[in-house]
Amino acid sequence: MFDKISGRIRWRAPVAVVAGVVLLAIPLYADRFWLNLGSFAFAAAIGAVGLMILVGRVGQLSLAHSFFLAVGAYGYIWLSSPGTEDSWGLGLPSLLAAVIAVTMAGLAGLAFSPLAGRLKGIYLGVASLALVFIGQHVLFAAEPLTGGYNGRNVPELTIGSFQVLGVEPELSLFGVPLRQAERGWYVTLLVLVLTTVFAVLVLRSRVGRAFAAIRDGEVHAAALGVPVARYRSVAFTLSSVYAGLAGVLLALLFQRVVPEYWDLFLSLEYLAMVVIGGQASVAGAIAGAAFVSSLPLLLQRYSDAVPGMGGAVSDFGPAYVAQILYGGLIVVILFYEPKGLAALATRARKALTPRRAVPAERTPAS
Amino acid sequence: MAQLLSMLVEGASLGAVYALVALGIVVIYKSSSVVNFAQPSLLMFGTYVVASATSLHGLSFWVALPLGVAAAAILAVLIDRLLVSRFRKTNAVVAASIMTIGLDVVLLTETDRRIGSQILTTDDPWGNDVVRFLGIGVAEARIAALVVGALLLVLFQLWLHRSDFGVAMRATAEDPETASLMGIRLGRVSATAWAVAGALAVCAGLFIVAYPSPGLDTSVEAVALRALPAAIIGGLDSTTGAIAGGLMVGLSEVLVRGYGEHLAFLGQGFEEAAPYVLMLVVLLVRPAGLFGIREAVRV
Repeated sequence: MFDKISGRIRWRAPVAVVAGVVLLAIPLYADRFWLNLGSFAFAAAIGAVGLMILVGRVGQLSLAHSFFLAVGAYGYIWLSSPGTEDSWGLGLPSLLAAVIAVTMAGLAGLAFSPLAGRLKGIYLGVASLALVFIGQHVLFAAEPLTGGYNGRNVPELTIGSFQVLGVEPELSLFGVPLRQAERGWYVTLLVLVLTTVFAVLVLRSRVGRAFAAIRDGEVHAAALGVPVARYRSVAFTLSSVYAGLAGVLLALLFQRVVPEYWDLFLSLEYLAMVVIGGQASVAGAIAGAAFVSSLPLLLQRYSDAVPGMGGAVSDFGPAYVAQILYGGLIVVILFYEPKGLAALATRARKALTPRRAVPAERTPAS
Repeated sequence: MAQLLSMLVEGASLGAVYALVALGIVVIYKSSSVVNFAQPSLLMFGTYVVASATSLHGLSFWVALPLGVAAAAILAVLIDRLLVSRFRKTNAVVAASIMTIGLDVVLLTETDRRIGSQILTTDDPWGNDVVRFLGIGVAEARIAALVVGALLLVLFQLWLHRSDFGVAMRATAEDPETASLMGIRLGRVSATAWAVAGALAVCAGLFIVAYPSPGLDTSVEAVALRALPAAIIGGLDSTTGAIAGGLMVGLSEVLVRGYGEHLAFLGQGFEEAAPYVLMLVVLLVRPAGLFGIREAVRV
C-alpha cells in the first residue's frame, strides 16, 4: 500500500512540473491560432469540470449546461455594458460584473433546486431540457439584453486601466509581446488551474464523499445520514457556478455573442466532453473538453487536406464530421470503455511503471 | 368561440400525435428502464424513408408507408439488441440513456445531411383540403391525425391490457427478475417494445409533416423532441399518462400560439417553450408526473 502511494507521487510531481513549464512556454512559440484554440479549450474545460461533478460524481444528468453558460455570458454583458436607449446595461466595473455574473449563474442553479434536489438521474436530464428551451426563447425574445439574432458585443475586462485580455498596457515576456491571444491563454489557464484545484478539494472533502455515496446508492446514503436532496441541489448549484464562469470567459474570448450559440447542442457538447473524459475524472473532463472544443477548429483549418471534406460545398463539412464524432464517441465510449480517456491514462501509467513482484500473499489461492 | 373550438380540435390532433411518440418512450422505459432520447431521430429516420420514397423515387404513399414503418422498427430493434441490451446486463440504465443521446446526435446529423435544405412531401392521401363543420374550418390532415391517432392509442391500450404480450410487458415493468423466472423472455419483450416505439414514431412523423405544415425539413426534430416533456408530464411509467401528457402538450402549444397577441409580453414564439414550462410546473407539484407511480423507499 505504502509503495503504491509513493509510486504515484513519484510519478505525479515531475509530470506536473513538466506539463506546467510546457503550458507556460507555449505562448512564446505558438501562433494566434493555437493560442486561441487553447484559450477556448481552457474555458470550456472549466464548464466541463462543473458538469463532471454533477454527472460523474453525483450521478445526476443535466442537459441545461448551455443555459447556465448563457446566464454567465449575458449576465456579464448586461452588468458591464453601459446602457443605451435600445440595449440594457448597468455599466458596472467589468471585474465586479464578472463576479456578479458568476454568482447569478449560481443563483439560477440554486433556484432550480426544488427540482434538482428531488428528481434523480435521467428524470433531471429531461426536466433540465426545459431550461435550455426557455433560455433560448428568452435570448431571442429579449432583444435589449441580447441584441436578438445579430448578437451583442462583449465589453472588455479591465482592471483599472489594465486590459486583462487586450493590448494596453504593453507587456512582454522574454521579448515576446503579450497581446490578446497570449493573455487569453494565460488568463484562462490560470482560472482553469484555480477552479480545478477547488474542484479536487471539494471532491476529496466530506461533500465529495457524500456525492459519491449518493451516486453509488441513494438509499444507503440516506441511511448513513446524508441529506440526499440537499447535496443534489448543492451539486447542481456548484456545476452552474462553473458553467457561469466558463460562460463569462467564453463571452470575453468571443468578443461578440449570438443567442443561437447557447442551444441544446452546446449542452450535448459538454456532455460529450464529460463522457469522453470518463465521466468521473477531473483530468478526463479537461482532456475531453480540449478534444471536443478543438475538434471543429482543427477540422475547419485542415479540412482542405482531407479528401472529400474540403470547402463549404461539401456535404461532409467540418460541422458534420464533428457532430458525428461527438455523437459516435458518446456511444462507443459508453459501450466499450465507460471510463473513457481516464482509463487510457491509467493503462498508460501501468504500462510505463516497471512491474514489481507481486507479494506472495496477494496471489490467488488456486 | 369558433376560434376556441378550432384551436381545441387542432390541439387535440397535435396532442394525439405527440402521444404516439411519447407512448413509444414510455413503452421502452417500462420494458427496459431506459429513457430513449433517440426517439426523435427514429421519427426523423422513418419519416425520411417515406418522404424520400414518395418524392424522390416516385413510389405511392401506401407502398412507402410500410417501408418507413418497417425501417424505423428494424433500426429500433437493432439499437436495442446490439447496443442497449449490453447495458442491461450490468443494469447501467443511466449510461444506456446517455448513450441514446449520442445515438440521437449521430442519426439526426445524418438525416439532416440527407434532407439538406429540401422540403420533402409524403404525398399523403389527405391532401390539402379543409373540412368545415360547426362554423370552423380544420385541415383534413388534422382530422385524420386525430382519428388515426386515437385509433392507434386505443388499439395499443387493448393490446397492452388484453394480449399475452401485454401481460408479459406489464409483468416485466413490475418486476423483471420475477417475470424472467416465470418464463417471460425479457429480451423479446424489450425488442418488441422498441419495434413498436419505432413504428409509432413514424406514424406520428407522417402527421407532423402533413398539411398545413409544408413537409419534412430539419425543423421537424424540434417538434418531435416535445414528446419528451409529454412523456414526463404524464409519468414515464404510465401509458395513460403518455396520452394525457401528449394532449396537454399539444393543447398548450396550439392555445399559446392562438392567443399569441394576448401573451405578447412573453415574447414571440413562446409556443415552442410552453410545453417545457408546463413540464416544470407539473414536476414541481408531482415529481413522478401526473400518472407516474412514485417510488417509495423506507430508510
